[in-house]
Amino acid sequence: MYTAADLRKGLKVQIDGVPYIITDFDFSKPGKGQALYRCKMRSMITGNQLVQTYRSNDKFDKPDLEERKMQYLYCQGEEYHFMDTGNYEQLVIDKEHLGDNVNYMIDNMDMEVLFFQDKPIDVSMPMFVNLMVTKADPWAKGDTSGSDSKPVTVETGYVLQVPPFVEEGDKIQIDTRTGAYVTRVKE
Amino acid sequence: MLDFQGLRFRAAFFHSLRSFFVRQQFLEVDTPIRQPLLLPELNIEPLASDGWFLQASPELCMKRMLAAGCSRIFQLCNCFRKGERGRLHLEEFTMLEWYRTDASYEDLMVDCEALLGSLLDDLEVIAPCAVFNEHLRVGDGQGWPNAAGARDGGSGRIISLQPPWDRLSVHEAFTRYSPVTIEQAMAADTFDAILVEYVEPNLGKDRPLFLYDYPVELGSLARSRAGNPQLAERFELYINGIELANGFSELTDSQEQRQRFERELERMDEERRQRSRMPERFLDDLAHLDRAAGIALGVDRLLMLLMGKQSVGEVVSFAPADF
Repeated sequence: MYTAADLRKGLKVQIDGVPYIITDFDFSKPGKGQALYRCKMRSMITGNQLVQTYRSNDKFDKPDLEERKMQYLYCQGEEYHFMDTGNYEQLVIDKEHLGDNVNYMIDNMDMEVLFFQDKPIDVSMPMFVNLMVTKADPWAKGDTSGSDSKPVTVETGYVLQVPPFVEEGDKIQIDTRTGAYVTRVKE
Repeated sequence: MLDFQGLRFRAAFFHSLRSFFVRQQFLEVDTPIRQPLLLPELNIEPLASDGWFLQASPELCMKRMLAAGCSRIFQLCNCFRKGERGRLHLEEFTMLEWYRTDASYEDLMVDCEALLGSLLDDLEVIAPCAVFNEHLRVGDGQGWPNAAGARDGGSGRIISLQPPWDRLSVHEAFTRYSPVTIEQAMAADTFDAILVEYVEPNLGKDRPLFLYDYPVELGSLARSRAGNPQLAERFELYINGIELANGFSELTDSQEQRQRFERELERMDEERRQRSRMPERFLDDLAHLDRAAGIALGVDRLLMLLMGKQSVGEVVSFAPADF
């Protein structure tokens, strides 16, 4: 159980059965008045925002959250198969719970999976991943179209804009927070 | 931790505060920081200290001094309130309190105007600060977003500090800014929440503002207004939505004060807060006090505004995060 005095930015609390993370926090107490704990929160399941003001006597459940190290094995349609690297247990996560992360996941990649009441709700990726370019139009030297980027496809099927010099077979680094190209990687 | 420039400004600021009151024939006093009992106040949780308490305010002792014959006293001291932490709150903070006999809350408002004018005269030459030509430049973007989600402007605000400042009654403020009437807010016990969310962000945006005449339930030590016992002669000073000071005409009727304390103690019992007891000697002394008024000003908040900072933790020598 948390009390209002525990509330702070980054704390995870459970409200009406949903785990929330506090994204903005403000303590106020008008002169001789009640202490007010104002929180902006994001649902860890749906991403919905919630703004609430709490008082000293309010109490909060700790959400049953657990982070486990898992290895991504392969995907079959919409089903993504993972293995817990601690106990070798295998489990399937639906594509909808993975969101944009599927753009950067390659077989045998290690990642952290977040469970709420034993159900996977989120995965955390490394900030940068290196992926192979599988499809790219060749760079026509002397191209004067003036464009300074072109679309390529990487091994996960994700399409992004890169500088014209990137070619099929290159490895490129991608920022998983923005999905943007960072640099070409030499191996 | 405050750097050398900051320490220098803080010292000059303290010096200027003191010299203002000394010039006005106020006596500087100091009272024990650790005391065996505090005035019963529902919403202030004290920090315990080996069976006694660290003071939440020097009010009790200073009013007894007033009753003992002092006519103008001031004190600059550290006060403690448990669990208060945030952009505008520290558990240990600096308080300026002054009291005068034969005065009302209106006299204290004039004191505030004069005090800030004197501070500006003294401090304007010391850079860096946010003060120029009787104006204050305040930051933005750090505040809590308003009900519509917008934060304050984009380029800061300029606030004129030239007196006279604005005066707005609590009743009028609720009419202007609150979605519910003050009576509804009091009945639903949401006065504070409405004040913080809808009213305060509008106060003192162009010049400082005194919000005055609170419902009497919200001024347990303040005198009721003559001819309107539902209102307490209490005010708060706001600059840029930030509450800086709380002053009132002192309730000097010891019988009525006892009844109000009894109600406060009952509510503290109901809410199972720390037990407190009736401050008998304070009530005895109150019987010897005639007309008087007193005010508490959050010194760190004022310094924060003058230095153009966004939180009180940036203007004290050491904030909790510095240890």
